[in-house]
Amino acid sequence: MSSEQGQQHPISIYLWIWGLLFVLSFFSYMVDYYNFEGYLRWSLILIFMFAKASLIIAFFMHMAWERVALIYAVITPPSLILLFLAIMLFESDYTQFTREVFFSTGS
Amino acid sequence: MVQSHLTDSVPETDHGSATGLSSFTKDWSSDQQAFKQVPWGKAMMWVFLLSDTFIFGVFLVSYMTVRNSTKVPWPNTSQVFSLNVNGEPFPLLLIAIMTFILISSSGTMAIAVKYGYAKDRRTTTFLILLTALFGASFVGMQVFEWTKLIHEGVRPWGNPFGAHQFGSTFFMITGFHGFHVSIGVLFLLIVARKVWRGDFDNERRGFFTSRKGNYEIVEIMGLYWHFVDLVWVFIFAFFYLW
Repeated sequence: MSSEQGQQHPISIYLWIWGLLFVLSFFSYMVDYYNFEGYLRWSLILIFMFAKASLIIAFFMHMAWERVALIYAVITPPSLILLFLAIMLFESDYTQFTREVFFSTGS
Repeated sequence: MVQSHLTDSVPETDHGSATGLSSFTKDWSSDQQAFKQVPWGKAMMWVFLLSDTFIFGVFLVSYMTVRNSTKVPWPNTSQVFSLNVNGEPFPLLLIAIMTFILISSSGTMAIAVKYGYAKDRRTTTFLILLTALFGASFVGMQVFEWTKLIHEGVRPWGNPFGAHQFGSTFFMITGFHGFHVSIGVLFLLIVARKVWRGDFDNERRGFFTSRKGNYEIVEIMGLYWHFVDLVWVFIFAFFYLW
């Protein structure tokens, strides 16, 4: 895709993505409506979330048609957030553990 | 012509021939510019959105940290954000409507970009204004939601439903997102005015930058708007549904 003419794609693509986003949002809302619990709930929420996020990035933001150099520059840095998330998950588990110990023994 | 000078300065030799990983290494190790055939404004908007990603990422990580480390049970968001319909509580109703409105605004924005490149000024302006209207109604609903919660006693330092950290993370995350939507609506109105006036056809210089714009501005505006929608996808999943 050369960008001299800009990003030109048929409208049907956008309408399809729009519709898919509606369906996926409806499904993720149903996860709450039907009160799914535990790992089923969390995995469904994450699946629908990542599906919606990738549709928006790939088609609405035209990432699917961009040059690989730009895609890598944008997609790879946020993986550091995942590392940070893992560190903080570990840390917060420890914090909760110390709180449990402190409040149960009172010392 | 600063813009086209920048994008055209690299001779049209071999970029585009390589694909995949080899095109990536070729672009990044080349002279002058790494993002070939990408308008500079678009590349810079992506850099800005990347930094914004880190801000929202850090907000969500801190939210996860306080939620995971508190001993007090987290408020049941399904009940806290329910609306009464005919006396029956309907879980997350307002949030669902807000989600569908924001997705619709993204849809109209994407189509506006398409009509912008086709130089259809009337349709583009209409679609951008429609996007702004969706955005403004989203902010309006958020104001309603905040008012309701504040009346129920939710504060950044405490709330009647459970863990105290709920209020601070809620106001911080949704407030920052709502601020992005509000700025986006202003941005949309400015771009709509420029499209309507034909600034991008007769190369009128911008008020702020004194540069000539073109319809890439609409796409760059669209990137920002879709990003706001994207952030809401994550907030909806992690804050409201989790």
